[in-house]
Amino acid sequence: MSQAQDIDIDDADGVIESVSGPVVVATDLGARMNDVVYVGDEGLMGEVIEIEGNLTTIQVYEETSAVSPGEPVLNTGEPLSVDLGPGMLDTIYDGVQRPLDVLEEQMGAFLDRGVDAPGIDLEKEWEFTPEVAVGDELEAGDVVGTVPETESIDHKVMVPPDFAGGEVESVEEGSFTVTEAVVTLDSGEEITMRQEWPVRKSRPTVDKQTPTTPLVSGQRILDGLFPLAKGGTAAIPGPFGSGKTVTQQSLAKFADADIVVYIGCGERGNEMTEVIEDFPELPDPQTGNPLMSRTCLIANTSNMPVAARESCVYTGITIAEHYRDMGYDVALMADSTSRWAEAMREISSRLEEMPGEEGYPAYLAARLSGFYERAGYFENMNGTEGSISVIGAVSPPGGDFSEPVTQNTLRIVKTFWALDADLAERRHFPAINWNESYSLYREQLDPWFVDNIDDDWADTRQWAVDTLDEEGELQEIVQLVGKDALPEDQQLTLEVARYLREAWLQQNAFHDEDRYCPPEKTFLMLTAIKTFNDEGFEALDAGVPVPEITSVEAAPKLNRMGTASDYEEYIADLKEELTAQLRDLY
Amino acid sequence: MKEFKTITEISGPLVFVETEEPIGYDEMVEIETPNGDVRRGQVLESTSDFVAVQVFEGTSGIDRQSSVRFLGETLKMPVTEDLLGRVLDGSGRPIDGGPEIVPDERRDIVGAAINPTAREYPEEFIQTGVSSIDGMNTLVRGQKLPIFSASGLPHNDLALQVARQATVPEDVAEDGEGESEFAVVFGAMGITAEEANEFMDDFERTGALERSVVFTNLADDPAVERTVTPRMALTTAEYLAFDKGYHVLVILTDMTNYCEALREIGAAREEVPGRRGYPGYMYTDLATIYERAGRIEGREGSVTQIPILTMPGDDDTHPIPDLTGYITEGQIMMDRDLNSQGYQPPVNVLPSLSRLMDDGIGEGLTRSDHAGVSDQLYAAYAEGEDLRDLVNIVGREALDERDNRYLDFAERFEKEFVDQGFHTDRSIEDTLDVAWDLLSMFPKSELNRVDEEEIEKYYEEDESETVEATAD
Repeated sequence: MSQAQDIDIDDADGVIESVSGPVVVATDLGARMNDVVYVGDEGLMGEVIEIEGNLTTIQVYEETSAVSPGEPVLNTGEPLSVDLGPGMLDTIYDGVQRPLDVLEEQMGAFLDRGVDAPGIDLEKEWEFTPEVAVGDELEAGDVVGTVPETESIDHKVMVPPDFAGGEVESVEEGSFTVTEAVVTLDSGEEITMRQEWPVRKSRPTVDKQTPTTPLVSGQRILDGLFPLAKGGTAAIPGPFGSGKTVTQQSLAKFADADIVVYIGCGERGNEMTEVIEDFPELPDPQTGNPLMSRTCLIANTSNMPVAARESCVYTGITIAEHYRDMGYDVALMADSTSRWAEAMREISSRLEEMPGEEGYPAYLAARLSGFYERAGYFENMNGTEGSISVIGAVSPPGGDFSEPVTQNTLRIVKTFWALDADLAERRHFPAINWNESYSLYREQLDPWFVDNIDDDWADTRQWAVDTLDEEGELQEIVQLVGKDALPEDQQLTLEVARYLREAWLQQNAFHDEDRYCPPEKTFLMLTAIKTFNDEGFEALDAGVPVPEITSVEAAPKLNRMGTASDYEEYIADLKEELTAQLRDLY
Repeated sequence: MKEFKTITEISGPLVFVETEEPIGYDEMVEIETPNGDVRRGQVLESTSDFVAVQVFEGTSGIDRQSSVRFLGETLKMPVTEDLLGRVLDGSGRPIDGGPEIVPDERRDIVGAAINPTAREYPEEFIQTGVSSIDGMNTLVRGQKLPIFSASGLPHNDLALQVARQATVPEDVAEDGEGESEFAVVFGAMGITAEEANEFMDDFERTGALERSVVFTNLADDPAVERTVTPRMALTTAEYLAFDKGYHVLVILTDMTNYCEALREIGAAREEVPGRRGYPGYMYTDLATIYERAGRIEGREGSVTQIPILTMPGDDDTHPIPDLTGYITEGQIMMDRDLNSQGYQPPVNVLPSLSRLMDDGIGEGLTRSDHAGVSDQLYAAYAEGEDLRDLVNIVGREALDERDNRYLDFAERFEKEFVDQGFHTDRSIEDTLDVAWDLLSMFPKSELNRVDEEEIEKYYEEDESETVEATAD
């Protein structure tokens, strides 16, 4: 929102009736639902959330200390909107799209209130290169030209979706600010580089399609066992300390999306700072440019106002939709959706609404599904294809997945990465439980992996899944009778599964080589363990005792595949060594 | 100042007053009872007809004829460097018989959020001298690392040990020469007088009191006051850190009492309760306390928080530890079993965690092998713990050599690494050496979390065993 500059509180529309935390009730406001209003002498930004007779209830996006009844309320008459245009990447916003670095310049290290700033810089000039000529027919959504936004991304300037369109009358080329018209149509409509769009309304598209390409994450357990499609939805629930944020950040760093929108919703300030400090320095694995050049951050930390926490996921997804309209693949991480749900609960209880399950409002499920439905693989209005993949972290109280936010999320998303406190305790990271997690995209995406990585992808993956399943069952028996009581072939299976867990599923997010694992490497590592398995069982059949098989010299080297610098050579050598040494046993 | 004698309702800690003039939300209130007592309170809800006031010192003795004064400002803490060495009550008034406090400034206790772009990521290692913390759950400057404890466990001893021993090794400190001043802000909420004495005695004995500011709200002090005590303490800490350049360690105990007070107010306001009767906004409320830790770019000082909470029924899924864990950057978990075996400090490392550890350790900060060693200790101890359950069923004889080694490791780990006593100060080098001594029980090929070069450098070839073997 950027209307704040010219507010004159004297032409107030309404008067404050009562104040209770972030909820303010005003009289005589005459506003519509979801209109943005400015509250009190300081002009604090708020949104209309309930209208009852002459009373209008407003959720205020800032602290309300010392605001008192009788102070004025001003209605903008506009719904909560974001500014869309070049300059959103490489920027960090709060929950209502105020750039945090601009706020820091204006009010110092601590966030004061009553300060507003436009979402995109209105003064900065961008180099516009037109792609249309005078006389062209344009429709809503069409691309009229491009702007080099960052090193990685060309921002496409489009006809806003709510324009009528028409014939191009004039086209400009060169440096312009985002408010200057670059194309004018015969309908009288002027196209600038900036659009505004209400956050709670999804941007229109032509069609939603079935996703068939994976969002390659560089995480072995995800790409290998539980892949997410471009345009898919995933949930990461887990108790505190199980690594939600590390997983989300790894995805933000390494996923092969064109654009990443990272929403820190009600999370820790230091974590956001880590992202702000790390991302400009880390290279994007696809382009080699700094990661920030494809990233838009939205930070609403847990101690920032609760109402802005409610709006930050919408701000994020609207920005994501804008880039999708340009034909980009966007990945959106929301950490954590539970905080968003709690913000809804907090506001709802202040409104004294009838609570649903565990005090959450009855519309929780509808809001969650409304949000996740904005993800997908789309055909855009301008004919391009783009996608939004949404990955939502969930923080269930007490790590109990039966609570409402987790359950309502699981009903919508198709990929479930269950984090496990027990794995985290033994520092098995990523602590994703392979027995509980699932991906409904697996079959849909297998053709891609078979075409692009290896013909045996699906079969080898299935072997790994079966081995891990079998281990799960065997472990139950081992807990009762001990390992030595098992038959020899099962003892060997346990050993193979141990390598699957320790060498393949575990991945060190802090190791330079290991933190990003391309799918080719994921597959090769798996084949190395399978070599050990196949040759091991051959040896067993030839009568070699299990301890001899498991103690071959080359076996522990499996554990160092992930961190090896030249993995192709390392794995090829290792396979040979394993085969030779195991065959030597008989 | 606006004064009214129009109280309409008194309920628990709340007083409802009819007002003719508008009153600001969060504004401070003074209520004078007929016998001249003055109680302080704060506006919880303000409408054009009435105001709900939360009274800190309890409502007993207030009647409908009492006069209510609205002070026209929100609750403020008078801050000055002279607060160091002083003991204050839970509302920030001196109770040590010392001189009046002449404030430099009076600050709003609610405190604004630090802009994430202005924060500096914490990565300066604090050596606490406690192996289970330094070695495996490293604390860094600007972190918030709570101690999750339970009734009857020696969490206070651990907190005192940390306060006593915490230093920043010189080669880690960015400040270079000028020795950075260290201060402790201690906020006690609803702890017993005996516990408070324990802290005070230790502070006095070690001379720490001179560089401490102590806020005490004791168990018999008004419960509602507990909701302001931590904010008073943190406002003071922020002032000392970001205006005066101190490195401040804030100890808040016991957060459970704070949350109880929050629940009491919620119930009195007839709010819709969340889990176990605690208010639905408890996450947000706790966040406004815990998030006031950190460093700010371009400022000297830092605020590091060690909140202590006792888990009701030793249950870490209880809302208080649960919500805390989601906000803080890890937790140090005290364990009843380890305590009953006499281990000091009884820290169970497995459920403990420090989220900021990875960036605060390693080459140039602690030692290059630190991360690998820590991971290896975790993995090995977890495996040993698992085997203990199995031993109970099948007995030790049924286990192979590898498993037996892990069992021995778990035993020695607790005795040698964790159980160091409350008065032993171990440098990080010592801690890592003890760790290598333990890890060298395993053959090198088992140490898959540590880099091979580090193994070559630190692995202790066990000669004694071969010697013993020949001697037998």
